[in-house]
Amino acid sequence: MSAHSEANLQAEVIIEFRNAAYQLANGQSLLSRINLTVRRGETLVLLGRSGAGKTTALKLINRLLDPSEGEVRVEDRPTTEWNPFDLRRHIGYVIQETGLFPHYTVEQNISVVPRLEGWPRERARSRAAELLSLTGLDPNLFLPRYPHELSGGQRQRVGVARALAADPPILLMDEPFGALDPLTRAEIRGEFQALQRRLGKTIVIVTHDTNEALLLGTRIGLVEAGELKGTYSPHEFMRSNEPVAAAYAAQLRVLSEFEGES
Amino acid sequence: MSLMDFFSRHGSEILQATIEHVWLVAATMLLSIAIGVPLGVLVARRPWLSKPILGSANVAETIPSLALLGFFLTVPWLGARADRLTIAALTLYALLPIIRNTATGIAGVEPAVREAARGMGMTERQILFHVELPLSVSTMLAGIRVATVLTIGIATIAAAVGAGGLGEFIFRGLAMVNNQLILAGAVPAALLALVADFLLSLLERRLRPAR
Repeated sequence: MSAHSEANLQAEVIIEFRNAAYQLANGQSLLSRINLTVRRGETLVLLGRSGAGKTTALKLINRLLDPSEGEVRVEDRPTTEWNPFDLRRHIGYVIQETGLFPHYTVEQNISVVPRLEGWPRERARSRAAELLSLTGLDPNLFLPRYPHELSGGQRQRVGVARALAADPPILLMDEPFGALDPLTRAEIRGEFQALQRRLGKTIVIVTHDTNEALLLGTRIGLVEAGELKGTYSPHEFMRSNEPVAAAYAAQLRVLSEFEGES
Repeated sequence: MSLMDFFSRHGSEILQATIEHVWLVAATMLLSIAIGVPLGVLVARRPWLSKPILGSANVAETIPSLALLGFFLTVPWLGARADRLTIAALTLYALLPIIRNTATGIAGVEPAVREAARGMGMTERQILFHVELPLSVSTMLAGIRVATVLTIGIATIAAAVGAGGLGEFIFRGLAMVNNQLILAGAVPAALLALVADFLLSLLERRLRPAR
């Protein structure tokens, strides 16, 4: 076991699912009783097919959904005891479609949460500039632009900058790089990895991309049909006998064999 | 006597009637926006209210205007003043496009934008005022434009209950079989509608969010 994950074992638990389940009003179950802990500084990747329940799990953390059974705890308090707006401002949230406000400039978009938190305009502005540089965009060029003037990759960078604006200790990302072309995707993913190391946030990422899970995750949670099949280090994941994990790993091996032949 | 002569001779009278007309329309629009926009938000937020609200507004639209004005004349408080009952009747007609377009505008906000707003910790109220309404403004204005043009037209009928306005000339001209008199009401009313339509379409284009 590496020094990194050993350190993690001692770090405090930031997010915890205790028998948390979620079902729709019509009784259809989207997530059945899962148990999971995420420690400070960890990057947990929830890997699974579309419709497996990954996004539902993510929304339970920032209380966009309330669990129908069990509880989800953030910083040792059940989400249902948090004021939902405080909780959400405490957690950065990045979604695939970015959801940038089309009538706001990049600066205004990044400043949404700081302004809600009552930061003065000047401080919000310099923070926005700082975050743009951090995510690889020139603030002088991009602060005054509108989302429709940006490429997909630039929009996603702004989305990440916006989520980081009020310096939340937790970051939730739902297929953050899913809508990008493969090259841009690899590029942004790489930059994000560097950012991740620098910022030391507690991050939960949802993806259906095995590569992404292995590259970004310090731990991988496998979600299938509303159940958590297990959590693995990237290393364990590749060697797991669990059939679903093995299927993902096998699919990667096919890829690397193909590379070997060419 | 040529039409131009007529207009210049009765200029002050026509101006007076035009001012009355504009006042009726402006009061109607303020009232119908004040009622229609909140109702539109309600329709967008509570889909089950959409049938009853839009349905009622639709029914109001189908009542012949002369009949509605006549009916309001018999209603106690309302019928006491001609301008009061006219504004009430005109407001009923103006509501439908305003309610409908407000609801359409809000429904047209991308779900991802709304989800991001919620995810960042904006309250429902903040989402409405900072995201949904600003993004719906041009659609709402399109409804207000239709309602304004409609109101300018229907307001000419208000002269039948003594509310004044440009309809005065039209009714008088009809009674006296005097075409010039009819045109003295009809031409300014038509111009008013065109100008309002043009100005509001400019505003609508300016406020349309870029995509």
